[in-house]
Amino acid sequence: MSPTRWDFPVELCCRPMAFVTLTGLDVVYNAVHRAVWDAFCANRRADRVPISFKVLPGDHEYPKCRTKRTSYEWYIPKGILKTGWMNKHLNLVPALVVVFYELDWDEPQWKEKQSECATRVEIVRQSLQGRNTKVAVVLIQKKTPLPPGEDVIASERAAALCNACELSGKSLFVLPHTDHLVGYIIRLENAFYEHAQTYYYTEIRRVKSHKEFLNKTTHQLLFVRHQFKIAFFSELKQDTQNALKNYRTAYNLVHELRAHETNMLEIKTMAGFINYKICRLCFQHNTPLDAIAQFRKHIDLCKKKVGSSELAFEHAAWMSKQFQAFGDLFDEAIKLGLTAIQTQNPGFYYQQAAYYSQERKQLSKALCSHDSSVMYPSPDPLEIQTGVLDFYGQRAWRQGILSFDLSDPEKEKAGILALQLKERNVSHSEVIITLLSNAVAQFKKYKCPRMKSHLTSTLKDDQKSRIEKNLMNVLMNENPDPEPDCDTSAVKTAQKLWADRVSLAGSNIFTIGVQDFVPFVQCKAKFLAPSFHVDVPVQFDIYLKADCPHPIRFSKLCVSFNNQEYNQFCMIEDVHQVGDVLENSTQGTMCLVPGKTRKFSFKFVAKTEDVGKKIEISSVDLILGSEIGRCVILSWQGGGGDAASSQEALQAARSFKRRPKLPENEVHWDSIIIQANTMIISRVPNISVHLRHEPPALTNEMYCLTVTIQSQEKTTIRDVKLTAGLKPGQDANLTQKTHVTLHGTEMCDDSYPALLPDIPVGDLQPGEQLEKTLYIRCGTVGSRMFLVYISYLINTTVEGKEIVCKCHKDETVTIETVFPFDVAVKFVSTKFEHLERVYADIPFLLMTDILSASPWALTLVSSQLQLASSMIPVDHPQSHVEKVVLQTGESASECFCLQCPSVGNVEGGVPTGHYVISWKRTSAIENVPVINTVITLPHVIVESIPLHVNTDLPSFGRVRESLPVKYHLQNKTSLVQDVEISVEPSDAFMFSGLKQIRLRILPGTEQEMLYNFYPLMAGYQQLPSLNINLLRFPNFTNQLLRRFIPTYIFVKPQGRQVEDTEIAAA
Amino acid sequence: MAVCIAVIAKENYPLYIRSIPAEHELKFHYTVHTSLDVVDEKVSAMGKALVDQRELYLGLLYPTEDYKVYGYVTNSKVKFVMVVDSSNTALRDNEIRSMFRKLHNSYTDVMCNPFYNPGDRIHSRAFDNMVTSMMVQVC
Repeated sequence: MSPTRWDFPVELCCRPMAFVTLTGLDVVYNAVHRAVWDAFCANRRADRVPISFKVLPGDHEYPKCRTKRTSYEWYIPKGILKTGWMNKHLNLVPALVVVFYELDWDEPQWKEKQSECATRVEIVRQSLQGRNTKVAVVLIQKKTPLPPGEDVIASERAAALCNACELSGKSLFVLPHTDHLVGYIIRLENAFYEHAQTYYYTEIRRVKSHKEFLNKTTHQLLFVRHQFKIAFFSELKQDTQNALKNYRTAYNLVHELRAHETNMLEIKTMAGFINYKICRLCFQHNTPLDAIAQFRKHIDLCKKKVGSSELAFEHAAWMSKQFQAFGDLFDEAIKLGLTAIQTQNPGFYYQQAAYYSQERKQLSKALCSHDSSVMYPSPDPLEIQTGVLDFYGQRAWRQGILSFDLSDPEKEKAGILALQLKERNVSHSEVIITLLSNAVAQFKKYKCPRMKSHLTSTLKDDQKSRIEKNLMNVLMNENPDPEPDCDTSAVKTAQKLWADRVSLAGSNIFTIGVQDFVPFVQCKAKFLAPSFHVDVPVQFDIYLKADCPHPIRFSKLCVSFNNQEYNQFCMIEDVHQVGDVLENSTQGTMCLVPGKTRKFSFKFVAKTEDVGKKIEISSVDLILGSEIGRCVILSWQGGGGDAASSQEALQAARSFKRRPKLPENEVHWDSIIIQANTMIISRVPNISVHLRHEPPALTNEMYCLTVTIQSQEKTTIRDVKLTAGLKPGQDANLTQKTHVTLHGTEMCDDSYPALLPDIPVGDLQPGEQLEKTLYIRCGTVGSRMFLVYISYLINTTVEGKEIVCKCHKDETVTIETVFPFDVAVKFVSTKFEHLERVYADIPFLLMTDILSASPWALTLVSSQLQLASSMIPVDHPQSHVEKVVLQTGESASECFCLQCPSVGNVEGGVPTGHYVISWKRTSAIENVPVINTVITLPHVIVESIPLHVNTDLPSFGRVRESLPVKYHLQNKTSLVQDVEISVEPSDAFMFSGLKQIRLRILPGTEQEMLYNFYPLMAGYQQLPSLNINLLRFPNFTNQLLRRFIPTYIFVKPQGRQVEDTEIAAA
Repeated sequence: MAVCIAVIAKENYPLYIRSIPAEHELKFHYTVHTSLDVVDEKVSAMGKALVDQRELYLGLLYPTEDYKVYGYVTNSKVKFVMVVDSSNTALRDNEIRSMFRKLHNSYTDVMCNPFYNPGDRIHSRAFDNMVTSMMVQVC
């Protein structure tokens, strides 16, 4: 950046060092002189004395010294500080002039040389007429000098030379040109430094001596000037403590000056300079708190001193500079080892500087926006003949005028106008950006992330506007403006290239995918609903919001979908003529006003093929510029927004924050939730479906389900199809065990499907009703979900467009399947005693018990016993339950007499066979097939016994009537059985027959035992018990045999005689 | 006389913020927001060991050109930030401290309201009145 008029002069900002000139050195052609010069100036480290050296010819003309004023009585100063003064004492007027001269003590032509040297000194003295500048002579000698006092000639000649040159002995030096050049040089410059300090000391005294001549009324300016000079000389003398003290005094004096609009700038400028010096010295003395305090005081004092209101931007610029300079000083001190803290670091000063620059920008916008017809005043009031101002901070058009009254108001006006016009050309943004960048860097360093982001956002605001303007220029096929601070030649080249490019036709369409960065226009797309019926138009809104500083106009907005056929319906195009792009009117649909959310609504009819599919917005394109000229397409993928925005929207929607009320048609940007896709769903059906059935279903029955469909549409519905059956997606086993048919008359087997798809039903007139009966056979118990799905076609009109809609309605019903009945089976002996096991060849009874579990009445058509091969029916078994109707909870029992031949010992028992029950619902229609439920009968354990006793016993006895009982003892073994039989008497009977016998029974044969019982008492009487003991089978207990032997008999009392005879007669 | 008083939640979002004059609202919001940098730093510098006995009052956070920003952190890490006009020299550290204590008490009262959801914005008339009293007169 080129220095602006607000930048501090270089001579103020540098560290003042004693100025010493070296003459008589020929650094170009003389190698020795070159070496001497190099030793002086090359690689000056910090431990060397602070002197700035300069090589000048011996006859150099130093600035002339003005004649000393003897009285200040009539002197009126024209300003505070001359612009050239600091530079004069830093670089022009030396504290010491050193004359280098090659002369050895044993020089043969001593006299001549001595006088030549004296002449040179004299020339220098002449040039420094009136100044207190010291002169010193250095003799460059080839020989190493002897120790002092030993070389007699040397001391003599030295004294002579001093005399000739009118020098004191202290000002004559010898520089032997030997190996230890640097060592000699260092000693030399230390001596020079002492001389320089003496010089500056005398200068300070000289300036101080003026003080007594000054008076407070007319010489106020001089007080400041002298104080400043003393301080500056002190600095040159490296007496920084005194320098600081004097600068502080000077600072106070500046503020004592009478201030007026006309000299405000001068006062502020000087105050700024002095403040800078004070702060700089404080930092140098490692008293940063003093520096900060001084700066604060300075700002507090000067903040309100705006000066001319027409040039208020100057004050802002000056303030900005103060802060920036302090920031720089602070930063520099940190680099030299000072530690700053989070709350006190240069960043704050840069930030404040940036704020003042922003203020300057605003002020200049307000004050300098002259009409373009206002010309720059001529002659230029800012032009100065000498090129520089005489005094710091004065106005070019009235230099040196101290009067507070404006002698020439016209000139003043022209001057102000000139300054204002100049200000207009200043690139404020650039200044602000630089300062903010500095501040950001500092805040980053001192862990202030929020401060940093705050400033970064401020920074962006300044850059964005420029970029947008250039973008629009490019769109208009015009050259963009160069970025500030570009090299002029580069700008020219770029402009030429731009011109070439602009003239080129074609390929002027640029697509910018804005997903990856934050664009200046934000976009959000939102379908009004997550799904739309196919017979209503799909509606969605596109929200656009411009974040740029100026309104923008676009030419086209189009939306693309995954199904591209819809793209044509969703497009807004500018009807305006090409070329209106830059017309920043806020009217019209195609214009986005910064910060305002615009809504664009679209509507289209979905295609019937897309029913059940997702319609997705694949991109939103916003076209700036025209396709004829050049256009930029801002393209958002999907529904726009970015990753952060969805989260924000969610938060905005959730928060209970009260939002300011917005006028109608406006929405909060944050609360718009992107909805980039929607489902197309079929039209709402207008039919009624009723299911009639009698749950629960019974296992294996043909369960009847009647579907009634009634059309409530206004027009005929076509192609009605019914899909019915087990709802897919349930347990796979259910599919195997569920069968659906339309025909109830035949039993369906495993080949029937679980779901009957698309049964054509035909057309239905409005209001017409239709019934369809389904039969379902469920092979297992449990609950099943059944689906009844009816689809049909209907013609409708949407938005004047005829479409064929496919509608469907489904009903789901859950049907429980239960066993119709429980069948209990038990084995009993012929005495109806429960049997754990049966005995080979001995008849037993099989009892079945059918308990109805169905809530509906069941008709048992028949039952059948299918015996296993190992079982033999004793008689011809026949069903006893034919045509029996069982209500809920009722049961039907059957009994079959069976016998099982001996099979030996079979593990797990012997299979009995199956029991088949044929049944149906009592309510079922005639031709519904009968269901055969097969029940597997339990296995039974068959045991063989060695002896079986078969008893022939009458069903009852009569008192005092003979009761013949025959026992058949059968030997079931292949052995000869020894049997011991005894009969125990009973109180109720007398009997005849063998009371105790031992006999043998041959294998396979039987022995009959005949007894004649004679009952004595009536009633249910215990028979005399037959005890049988098998000698060969000790395990065989009598207990076991008792099962087969009747133990009780009912004895009737004897009838009356009369009747008896009647009976006998009958 | 404070010109801006803010209550900031533990997670650094504002629970309450009010400033006068209203036209510089945004600037004050930024001031409060950026002062959190200093609060964070001060709180983390205090270390975990001394959490219980630590001083809640953080003192002057940072001076801006025209304002002084003071901070206070409760044990539950709720921050109070107060912006005071630099020209107001009547307010000493002690006054600021007592203002913060009053603010803290009032905040505690808000928390005691069973209908107040911790973490929500503060909408309390009593709290409002207390803040108003601190913004107009020196305590």
